[in-house]
Amino acid sequence: MNTLDALDAQSQRTDIPDFRAGDTLKVHARVVEGNRSRIQVFQGVVIRRQGAGLRETFTIRKISFGVGVERTYPVNSPVIDRIEVVTRGDVRRAKLYYLRELRGKAAKIKEKREKQAS
Amino acid sequence: MDRQVKGILGTKLGMTQVWDNNRVVPVTVVQAGPCVVTQVRTVDKDGYSAVQLGYGAIDPRKVNKPEAGHFAKSGVAPRRHLVELRTTDASEYTLGQEVTVDTFQAGTLVDVTARTKGKGFAGVMKRHGFRGLGAGHGVERKHRSPGSIGGCATPGRVFKGVRMAGRMGGVRYTQQNLVVQAVDPENNLLLVRGAVPGPKGGLVLVRTAAKVATLPEGGA
Repeated sequence: MNTLDALDAQSQRTDIPDFRAGDTLKVHARVVEGNRSRIQVFQGVVIRRQGAGLRETFTIRKISFGVGVERTYPVNSPVIDRIEVVTRGDVRRAKLYYLRELRGKAAKIKEKREKQAS
Repeated sequence: MDRQVKGILGTKLGMTQVWDNNRVVPVTVVQAGPCVVTQVRTVDKDGYSAVQLGYGAIDPRKVNKPEAGHFAKSGVAPRRHLVELRTTDASEYTLGQEVTVDTFQAGTLVDVTARTKGKGFAGVMKRHGFRGLGAGHGVERKHRSPGSIGGCATPGRVFKGVRMAGRMGGVRYTQQNLVVQAVDPENNLLLVRGAVPGPKGGLVLVRTAAKVATLPEGGA
């Protein structure tokens, strides 16, 4: 155990679901405009998770009006209202940077098939 | 001149980050105090006004006789580190009084003093920020060298104080005007925004910022 784990635990969030690269998420983020705040949903594919502990971030990518858009959020950010996992992707990499070069159907990620109880 | 300096000794635990208004703030965590007042210097007796603080546990058998006597006189158990703070309100302290992190509130400006990490014998690029020589264009085995260090027959010597390679770090350094991000009196923790000199586990002295009064109006 590291010295500052107890301190970091105070700002660590526990309500974040498990997800990994390839999963499609809906990130509900609080956006402050002037003096009122609203919730903005960003849906896309997780292309990376990096860092550990309090410093961990993830990057989510979507195609918006034909343009690729990537946003990086800290996993423990208080800006995030909640995270919904839409689908689990079936991928062989931890970092899906190759998606940036692909368009349309080629950039589609297979959905993971749940393991059947045998 | 009336300068009321508050201070506390502590141990640097390391750096982490906290959230403040949805923004990440890098902080250094200092395990500060509790310190104990071991001596109060007064103008009448010592010619200046200051308070002496002790911090850190030490095996009483390791304390030499003069120091043991000094601690016995103030009626406190021996401490590993002693430091004196020049402050005009020294008379408000009493012998044996405990100084805890409550001394500081979140948002105050502090100076943090510590011994920096030793870098050993360092070249001029690391030690003085020289730019070195080019990477190509015929430069051979001289990429990190200082270049010229002075004239030729006039003056016929190298001036004193020319910056060269040498021992770097391991000196006392004060980082000024750091902001206290948070205070945790339960665990004796002080969260200081930004970096603090010294290695983890090193002794640090946190005290009220010396130059706050000279800041322009509107400054924090």
